[in-house]
Amino acid sequence: MSELTLTVMRLGFLAVLWLFVIVAVQVIRSDLFGTRVTQRGSRREAGRQQQQAAAARQAPPQQRQQPAGGRRGRNAPTKLVVTEGTLTGTTVALQGQTITLGRAHDSTIVLDDDYASSRHARIYPDRDGQWIVEDLGSTNGTYLDRSRLTTPTPIALGAPIRIGKTVIELRK
Amino acid sequence: MSGTNTSHSPTHHTSTIGAIGAPSRRNTELALLVFAVVIPVFAYANVGLALNDSVPPGLLSYGLGLGLLAGVGHLVVRKFAPYADPLMLPLATLLNGLGLVVIWRLDQSKRLSNYAEAAPRQLLYSAMGVALLAVVLIFLKDHRVLQRYTYISMAGALFLLILPLVPGLGANIYGAKIWIKIPGLGTLQPGEFAKIALAVFFAGYLMVKRDALALASRRFMGLYLPRGRDLGPILVVWVISILILVFETDLGTSLLFFGMFVIMLYVATERTSWIVFGLLMSAVGAVGVASFEPHIQTRVQAWLDPMREFDLSRAGVQDGIVHSEQAMQALWAFGSGGTLGTGLGQGNSDLIGFAANSDFILATFGEELGLAGVMAILLLYGLIIERGVRTALAARDPFGKLLAVGLSGAFALQVFVVAGGVMGLIPLTGMTLPFVAYGGSSVIANWALIGILLRISDTARRPAPAPAANPDAEMTQVVRPS
Repeated sequence: MSELTLTVMRLGFLAVLWLFVIVAVQVIRSDLFGTRVTQRGSRREAGRQQQQAAAARQAPPQQRQQPAGGRRGRNAPTKLVVTEGTLTGTTVALQGQTITLGRAHDSTIVLDDDYASSRHARIYPDRDGQWIVEDLGSTNGTYLDRSRLTTPTPIALGAPIRIGKTVIELRK
Repeated sequence: MSGTNTSHSPTHHTSTIGAIGAPSRRNTELALLVFAVVIPVFAYANVGLALNDSVPPGLLSYGLGLGLLAGVGHLVVRKFAPYADPLMLPLATLLNGLGLVVIWRLDQSKRLSNYAEAAPRQLLYSAMGVALLAVVLIFLKDHRVLQRYTYISMAGALFLLILPLVPGLGANIYGAKIWIKIPGLGTLQPGEFAKIALAVFFAGYLMVKRDALALASRRFMGLYLPRGRDLGPILVVWVISILILVFETDLGTSLLFFGMFVIMLYVATERTSWIVFGLLMSAVGAVGVASFEPHIQTRVQAWLDPMREFDLSRAGVQDGIVHSEQAMQALWAFGSGGTLGTGLGQGNSDLIGFAANSDFILATFGEELGLAGVMAILLLYGLIIERGVRTALAARDPFGKLLAVGLSGAFALQVFVVAGGVMGLIPLTGMTLPFVAYGGSSVIANWALIGILLRISDTARRPAPAPAANPDAEMTQVVRPS
């Protein structure tokens, strides 16, 4: 075996060994940042946020169950879209789970808004699969169209829900 | 626009926060495992090309063997511990594979005719080790079960430690009495298994006692001094480790057990004073025993002046003490390796002679892969230990935390003791480099250790079945008749 080949193999082996170490460290790195924080506003990220929100809501099973999924009408919304505010473009898939909105970090949609309360509002399906928005006693209120919510209210498709500077709506 | 945004960076950090640690990372593990099998196969081919100018005929069977072990390990983890740490198995597999290559390489040495068939046996031991890992993962559904066996583990560990001293059963091999002979099967090092049993005992014991050990203390010169009666346990463990040192004349085992206890005591109580006490006590013990035990004295001599031992050994001085040139040969091996090494199969580390493929195996890495290779190997060990400590951080129950810390601490100490000994940092002691060194007990016990760590990490990383419900949501939840 020629000297050159052996030298190349020797250096190649060391390189491969170190490559393994580096790959292993990369795995650790991605492990450390298990909480993936995605930048808001960018449409490119919207898909990922959607997945995460879906994953985040591996909620208590009784909430996850589709209450009579078959009864959901043809006009049932499938996603929630943020149309105004800093999170514009974010979408969350509606899969029968409760969506919480607020500044609290464990909210489904974390609002970065001085006018939002930490637990501001929630959106959930009722027994018939109709989506309901409910204000959770927020300071500055939740508005559906132009009216301030006082009781849990069914949401029409495309009706804007305003929380501080953020506007969201349900879409098909 | 973006300029104004970045200037307000503090408001920039909140956004949607996704699920924490949900993915199981099993596919990452599989990819790394493939990598971890390919590297030793490459090394194997490299050794064959360097020694005989041809790809070794056993390449395929060897690669398949290692691949099979990795595959079985992976499938068992995927089935029985799906959320376990993705790195431990590949790291252990790589170290085991590299060990096999270097053992095979030393088998080929003309100078070392006494263990020409070590590599196939080591592969068999590795298979037994992976089998034990599978057994641990299949039958140990929850590591907290071990907590019930706290005191049985203690009894078991003491029994294992005493076994080598039983007349007729123990085997004195080159001065250290840490083996037992099993007729027809060869020798076994019960200390390797006692390590795991002791970790279980310490974890169970400290979990119960840690508050008493941490809180009942007086402050003196910046240190928390424990009450006299709380010193009891550490004194008992210290006495036992000294007894091991005296009767089995094995510094490594003694240091390993005492060190593991001190590490776990520190983690359990957060009191630095335990470390200070531990270091003082082990120093006193080691110096005290070394003052009258000739076997330890030679080891210290060989550490302080390896060249003198080398000369004495070469001159064939007979003064009742076994003089060995190993320590000096190991240092020369490291030295001649330099930064990038001589290349696999092209060094002369086989001059070390006896134990070149077990206690001294790191010297072969040092010579043939150089500083760069040894650093990579040590980093691989460091990563296993890091994963173990990370598992301890993530574990939710105190027993699991302590057990993970104890096992990874013992692993770390073992690597330190043997690597430090071979490199001349501390007196050399007969210990095996985990996974790499030739030796059935060591490989099997360390696979079991990895199995337990995988089990703890699976429990720790498994997503909580029901995330803590939002209290507000709880109150306003609509209860429906189903």
